Amino acid sequence: MKCQQCDKQATFHITELTQGKPQEFHLCEDHARQYLASSSTEPEGAAGMAAALAQQIAIGQTAAELAQLDQQACPVCGITFFEFRSQGRLGCPHDYVCFQKQLEPLIVNIHGESRHVGKRPHADAGGSQDRTQLIRLRRELKEAIDDEHYERAGELRDEIQRIEGRRS
Amino acid sequence: MQLDDLTTKNGEWLRGVGPESDIVISSRVRLARNLADFPFISRTTAQDRARIEKTLHERVEEVASENDLLYLEMSQLEKVDRQFLVERHLISREHAEGQDARAVAIDAREKFSLMINEEDHLRIQAMQSGLDLNAVWQQVNKLDDLVEEKLTYAFDERLGYLTACPTNVGTGMRVSVMLHLPALVITRQIDKVFRSLQKISLAVRGLYGEGSQAMGDFYQISNQVTLGLSESDLIRRVRDIVPVIIDYERQARDFLVKESHENLHDRVSRAYGILRTAQTISSEETMHLLSSVRMGVNLGLIRDLNIPTINELFIRTQPAHLQKITGGEMETTDRNIERARYLRRYLNKEDGAGPTAEHN
Repeated sequence: MKCQQCDKQATFHITELTQGKPQEFHLCEDHARQYLASSSTEPEGAAGMAAALAQQIAIGQTAAELAQLDQQACPVCGITFFEFRSQGRLGCPHDYVCFQKQLEPLIVNIHGESRHVGKRPHADAGGSQDRTQLIRLRRELKEAIDDEHYERAGELRDEIQRIEGRRS
Repeated sequence: MQLDDLTTKNGEWLRGVGPESDIVISSRVRLARNLADFPFISRTTAQDRARIEKTLHERVEEVASENDLLYLEMSQLEKVDRQFLVERHLISREHAEGQDARAVAIDAREKFSLMINEEDHLRIQAMQSGLDLNAVWQQVNKLDDLVEEKLTYAFDERLGYLTACPTNVGTGMRVSVMLHLPALVITRQIDKVFRSLQKISLAVRGLYGEGSQAMGDFYQISNQVTLGLSESDLIRRVRDIVPVIIDYERQARDFLVKESHENLHDRVSRAYGILRTAQTISSEETMHLLSSVRMGVNLGLIRDLNIPTINELFIRTQPAHLQKITGGEMETTDRNIERARYLRRYLNKEDGAGPTAEHN
């Protein structure tokens, strides 16, 4: 496929979701850069900025790589990378783990740093990750009940109560 | 306490007292927090949001049991009431427009508020009149510690507090100072100041935050980054720049007084004159004119008004406030007439002419 702006091969396939119905763009690398730079000059708020930066992750990836990346989903909350990229908002705490490779450059780009040095909760932070697993377990429990897998549902309920019981 | 009790009061951040309060309107700090065992808002179900709201509501009531606390569910409020809270900076615009299970807990003195189910599960903010970031940070920090005692926040050893938007990750903290900078606007130096602030990663926003116009020459300066610096370093970053900007603004005022005193005095007097005599006036024009009058009071060009009174007019002439005070929803045209009437009554009484003067 040719770039919509010139005769070069289109290697970037951008779907814009901002104006009602999706708009598709097929562009070569140069024009894609230009397009993304111009559309990110007026980001709407912080999420707009994150989305604009996330769009830049697309640069330097082939269409196939990007398509594959976009389909990656968080095992805990189910958000896909594509959904994050278009909204600029993450789905759950575990996204920071499962999309770490993609988020790291984005975070450095925003903050100039990648390590927290400030305040921390008084409770053990390991407990925080455990509790995030509750999001997945509750979702699986609901699915198990919907599918009438009651034995599985029972196991999940015990597991949930065990984690919930650690800290009220 | 009830929502309507707030209409008779001025709110903490508009008291017009505290260090540098001729230029610094208020100091504010907010923290973004999420519960570890729920998805971020965009992936929650209605049931999740209801559970988050219940959990945090209970916790907030426990934490602030010594304070007179007003707890409001957004879905129970009229549009004018939600707008009223936005105008008072007690909730964000996003919070006012959002979906179900959103709520806010407000301290009766309006020194702090906690938003539930905004962009993050919990947003804790404290504010104070004048320049005093340490005091607001202590207030917010204390509330945060108390809430955390019985709940588990989403936290990562390396990245700190985890937030729905990566722009808030780390400390989850936004430190902001609201400044009144009319002389920098008149002398066209404001853009230059902003460009230099952006170079040191500070953000500049209008009166009502992201995307809002700089109405009444009010500007909020805040930190852009939230990760890699401690809370006290972030506060220092913002606090250190404020005296520099205050100094620029004072220099610009001196310049106006020296170089074009008649023009300045004329501008201030006309603004005051219009506010005291107009028969219909928009919110934007009111803010614009009040800004000149406020500077006039600071420079001694107007002697029969004080800063707390002007601050009060800034807030009380805004659409939702005006409707709450005069009782009833109004179309824009009627509101503009009512606003002019309110200003005439208020300002003409202030200089001793009495409320009947408007009929002469």
